[in-house]
Amino acid sequence: MAEEIIIPGWRKWLEDIGEQVSFFTRFLKNIFVGGFEWSEFVRQCYEIGYRSFMLVGITSFIMGVVLIVQLRPTLVAFGAASMLPKTLSVSFVREIGPVIIAIICAGKIASSIGAELGSMKVSEQLDAMDVSGANPLQYLVVTRILATTIMVPILSVLGDVIGLFGGFLALNLRDHISLSLYATKVVASLDYTDFLPAFIKTIFFGMAIGFVGCYKGFHSSKGTESVGLAANSAVVTASLWIFVIDAIAVQITSLLFY
Amino acid sequence: MEEEKTIAEPKQIKGNNEVVIEIKDLKKAFGSNEVLKDINLEVKRGENVVILGRSGVGKSVMIQCIVGMLIPDDGTLKVLGAEVAEMDDEELKELRMKIGFLFQSGALYDSMTVRENLEFPLTRVLKIDDQAELDKRVEEVLDSVGLEDAIDKLPSDLSGGMRKRAGLARTLIINPEIMLYDEPTTGLDPITSREISELILNMQKKYKTTSIIITHDMECARITADRVVIMDDGKYIEEGTFDSLKKSKNKIVQLFFKDIS
Repeated sequence: MAEEIIIPGWRKWLEDIGEQVSFFTRFLKNIFVGGFEWSEFVRQCYEIGYRSFMLVGITSFIMGVVLIVQLRPTLVAFGAASMLPKTLSVSFVREIGPVIIAIICAGKIASSIGAELGSMKVSEQLDAMDVSGANPLQYLVVTRILATTIMVPILSVLGDVIGLFGGFLALNLRDHISLSLYATKVVASLDYTDFLPAFIKTIFFGMAIGFVGCYKGFHSSKGTESVGLAANSAVVTASLWIFVIDAIAVQITSLLFY
Repeated sequence: MEEEKTIAEPKQIKGNNEVVIEIKDLKKAFGSNEVLKDINLEVKRGENVVILGRSGVGKSVMIQCIVGMLIPDDGTLKVLGAEVAEMDDEELKELRMKIGFLFQSGALYDSMTVRENLEFPLTRVLKIDDQAELDKRVEEVLDSVGLEDAIDKLPSDLSGGMRKRAGLARTLIINPEIMLYDEPTTGLDPITSREISELILNMQKKYKTTSIIITHDMECARITADRVVIMDDGKYIEEGTFDSLKKSKNKIVQLFFKDIS
């Protein structure tokens, strides 16, 4: 009885992994084969980047404020209040900023792509594109995955700046520090080993968000319920991938730089 | 059930006797569910073949096999002389450029206007970049289906009948040799259904296409069919002209025609 339940579950999981590998291979192939859909790519960059900026900005700003408010009592107790800009900038740029912003993007972008492509599948638009001889992978998948791969790192950098600015304002609630001194301390406390690995991992976060959204949308079933499931599943899977990629990136960074 | 197939000659063969779709002993199953059991069909150039049958008997599966969306399990399926199951991606793409497929819902791309929907196959499939040429083709085909005023509307702003017309225009714009219609009048009121049926017939005359029309709508079948094929339980049970089938002794055929005077 247990075998009957577990073995099909494993088989389905393995089949799904195989499907994902095949989908990713087809995505890579379609980047270089045929014409590139520039207008759709630019539209997706606008939809994904510009339309997510406000959400990312507000979240990053709040995170910067909250981190300073939470860190201050502990550092003051050790007489290390002057370390607040350094502590915030290193933790925000290395880890908190990229991961939180990627999770926000997974919630907004992966769900949106999953629901959009899922509803296109339900309403036979993907089939219509396919049978017309056009290539839905080239038009829908390549453009979206490349747009997230480029826009998530940009959003992450902007989010870092806004978060650090939020930290500056929070610091000035209790203490008094000029913006130029704060910026000097932040810049002095960061070097390329803080920024570069974090930036590189956001590229992979972006690719994972786009890929999972497209995969879940393309592989949704044909009922209307599947649109919601595709969106939900895209968020959960993309979030999980972000943590897995982060864990791998931290290990590689530790080996290379620390 | 009468399983013997009656092969009737088309009422009127508008082109020549060239067979453009040839199906022999076609079988297709999904798991243990045998959807197509033994399908045989020949469609000649210029002919309008209507396939009637209850829901779930495999009508849509059959036309999905014709266009290469599904691969048959067994049998022969030749379209324009080539075996579909043996085609590689490039050959399948070439074939699909010659086939128009009108989906039940119209399947218009939601995020694009009617103009952009129509330009999509022209720019992506026929690789036409000249805007003047695109405008000319779009306006001409929209004029044919009576949708000139909807050119810049989004699909969400169109009625059911208008969506079907726009879907038809999008398939006709690449001048296909073969048109496959999947329940073109489903969900429409009787007046609009009749308009769409007449439009299908007019477009077939204008663009000289060969058509397979899947429908439950007897009025659509009466208007469009040169030949009607009745399908049940994954097999053909009878075929002939619309008028000849009205006199059929087969009980399933009689059920379809019982309200037809």
